[in-house]
Amino acid sequence: MGTIGATLLRAGRRFVSSLPALFGVLVFTFLLMRVLPGDPAVFFASGPNAGKEEIEVIRRQLGLDKPLPNQLAIYLYDVGRGNLGRSMMTGQAVAKDLKERLPASLELTLTALLIALVTAVPLGVLAALRPGSLVDHGVRLFCSLGVCVPTFVSGLLLIYVFYYLLGFAPDPTGRIDIFATLPPSRTGFLIIDFLLAGDLDGWWAAARQLMLPALTMALFVIAPLARITRASMLVSLGSDFVRTARSVGLSWWRIVVTYALRNAILPVITIAGIVFSTMLGANVLVEKVFSWPGVASYALDALLVSDYAPVQGFVLLMATIFVIVNLLVDVLYGIADPRATVA
Amino acid sequence: MIGSESTQPLLEVENLKVTFSTRRGLVEAVRGVSLSLQPGEMLGLVGESGSGKSVTGFAITHLLDRAGHITEGLIRFKGQDITRAGGADLRSLHGAAMAMIFQNPRAALNPIRTVGQQIADAILAHRRLSRAEAQAEALSLLKAVQIRDPERRMGAYPHELSGGMCQRVMIAVAISCNPSLLIADEPTTGLDVTTQKVVMDLLARIAADRGMATILITHDLGLAARYCARVVVMEQGRLVEEAEPLTLFHRPQHPYTRRLVAASPTATSRIEDLVPDGERIPLVAVTELPPPHGTPLLLDVKAVSKRFDDGTVGVADFSMTMRGGESVGLVGESGSGKSTTSRMICRLIDASAGEILFDGQSIGQIPARDFHRSELRRDIQIVFQDPNDSLNPRYTAFDCIAHPLLRLMNMRSGDKLRQRVEECADRVGLPRELLSRFPHQLSGGQKARVGIARAIACKPRLLVLDEPTAALDVSVQAVVLQLLNKLRREDNLAFLFVSHDLNVVRMMCDRTIVLRTGVIVEQGESRALFANPQTDYTRELVDAVPHIAPAPA
Repeated sequence: MGTIGATLLRAGRRFVSSLPALFGVLVFTFLLMRVLPGDPAVFFASGPNAGKEEIEVIRRQLGLDKPLPNQLAIYLYDVGRGNLGRSMMTGQAVAKDLKERLPASLELTLTALLIALVTAVPLGVLAALRPGSLVDHGVRLFCSLGVCVPTFVSGLLLIYVFYYLLGFAPDPTGRIDIFATLPPSRTGFLIIDFLLAGDLDGWWAAARQLMLPALTMALFVIAPLARITRASMLVSLGSDFVRTARSVGLSWWRIVVTYALRNAILPVITIAGIVFSTMLGANVLVEKVFSWPGVASYALDALLVSDYAPVQGFVLLMATIFVIVNLLVDVLYGIADPRATVA
Repeated sequence: MIGSESTQPLLEVENLKVTFSTRRGLVEAVRGVSLSLQPGEMLGLVGESGSGKSVTGFAITHLLDRAGHITEGLIRFKGQDITRAGGADLRSLHGAAMAMIFQNPRAALNPIRTVGQQIADAILAHRRLSRAEAQAEALSLLKAVQIRDPERRMGAYPHELSGGMCQRVMIAVAISCNPSLLIADEPTTGLDVTTQKVVMDLLARIAADRGMATILITHDLGLAARYCARVVVMEQGRLVEEAEPLTLFHRPQHPYTRRLVAASPTATSRIEDLVPDGERIPLVAVTELPPPHGTPLLLDVKAVSKRFDDGTVGVADFSMTMRGGESVGLVGESGSGKSTTSRMICRLIDASAGEILFDGQSIGQIPARDFHRSELRRDIQIVFQDPNDSLNPRYTAFDCIAHPLLRLMNMRSGDKLRQRVEECADRVGLPRELLSRFPHQLSGGQKARVGIARAIACKPRLLVLDEPTAALDVSVQAVVLQLLNKLRREDNLAFLFVSHDLNVVRMMCDRTIVLRTGVIVEQGESRALFANPQTDYTRELVDAVPHIAPAPA
């Protein structure tokens, strides 16, 4: 298939051209961490009254006594070998920490994005079908509320209503009840692992645990997605080809979905990519509120104690994910719009 | 036709009124139109922009935008009142009974669906067939509209097809369920003359073969005359005249029709004939002095070619010369390289090879990016095709005209600048009170005048006109052409006139160059060239222009 080949080729080219940017991110975060105030050696010395020599020893152990270019070279060499350093905070390799925590963040973010898309696209379409109607205004109000309320407030509100008042939701701490037996970790995504293990009760518990934080995240991003869907649908519905579709008497469903929405979805894909990347980093608030063991809260904790390696590893991870998401958006674009492969 | 009186008309429209609710209140676009159409008849609906001709078409097919409403009148189709039809009635009407062909064929097709699927969609909307049967039917329709290699084209997307091809696909979509009424809204506007002829011939044949009645909505009187048995002229939402084409052209009754007929360029018309006596600009008699001996040619283009980055050749080995005050036409179909050539000459893009001499000085070597700093920039000015897009929407008419004076003549804001701008406005017939307006507050003709005033502000010696009247109504075009002609004579300006409209070029230009795929096919004195073309290609071009038959002697 020519179009798929062309799309893959384009995606590959884009990936290669994003490598310098990744390298830039690497160097930039490294320098930024060194410029920020705070000395990790002091933090990790045995106590507040540790002597100068003790701090000096730790500093030497950490390699902080070497000149900056040397430190950078060592760091780059290590990263090249897949070694992101060791976290002072957890005492584990950063790569291992991130690997353990990334699925939690991805599971939360992807679920939230899915909820947001499933809600936002129909809302946007409904609003666009009758601009200026009660439905349109209702959607606008809902979206405004979604963005206006900070995630930690809406998170707490949801906990108050669904956990405290109604009791639908489980105890909002972590991914799963600490006493529950975990399924063998295959993907790291609990709801998938439970399914693979055939443990439906466990799956239900994990899904219930996931619902509130995911809803909180979703509420926040429904607004941009719904608004862009509406705007894009309005353009699409007013276009010449929809008029043509009407002129030959196609059914309502075919006009709205096959003709208008399929064309209108392109900008939504772009925005969804951006939203996803933003959510991954920005859901630190939600992770904190729900004690979710994700990468963002991990990075924040590390930053607070001047633990360089986890923060650098986190930023690198985010940059990589951003690149991958953009590639994915590119590929989706190529599939959704035959013109994209030509340009 | 004998016995045609007894048959019931296919379509009757009585006193139709359509209003649009806009931000500035209600606007009546159609103010009482009545017409009737017999089965199989082809009716021309002619008028300029804003005449309500398209709105009438959309009202009949119930495709008006949300803002438009039929306020009064009656539309009867096959004896049934369909004025207020809706829902299921409308769906069975659309496509199955009446279909439409639209102006911009590429935009009218779904960009992300293959043309085969789109035709099949239209078939499946009204007939119970399997997807495969519908696809087979779609293929035979593609064959019917004479698309070459139809099996392969079934899987093509609209952007992979030319404008003419897209319009054929659109015709296939429209006729897929054998409607008895076809409304074609400017079906060939924006297509090349030769493509226009092929598409219109095809449309006329299909309509005749299948016995479809057709309403051809167009601004082009010549086109309507060539294909329609009866022509209706609309002005400001009203019908002003209805007649057979020959009668209409040779004995127009209504003053508006008379103006329209006069303004439509024909194979024999002169610039002076285009507008009625009262509005004719008196031409200054110019006695052309032969240039003193030794004067270099104004423009000498030597073997210029343009190869684009992707390797395609836009123009190959193009040479031409121009004397001061001469006007040369550059004609050709889209893709012939005429715009590329004109842009190289006015130094907006760089040539890949060759030399351009202006007034004896080589300008081809100056990169297009830096040419605005050259002394010669003010000598070569351009009038662009689209008067809307070529004016900065945030600049008033005054700013637009003053801009080149500030940039190229180093003038400063002040009385002198104001004086010069007003002088330019006067010369192009733009009322001074309009100078403070923004482009969106001006009409198409006024915007064209601003564009011309801007181009002549620096007193250039060569004016490159890239389809300057393509976006204008014929009556406005007539006035603008006359104005350009006057300016040329007064200032001894040289014109390089790029156009696809052969009649306009013949009137405006001393010499004409015919381009095809970047190569000069033929050149010579305009009248002789068009009267007696030497190459097949030029003959094809000339024949494709819809002419109004000369008056019977």
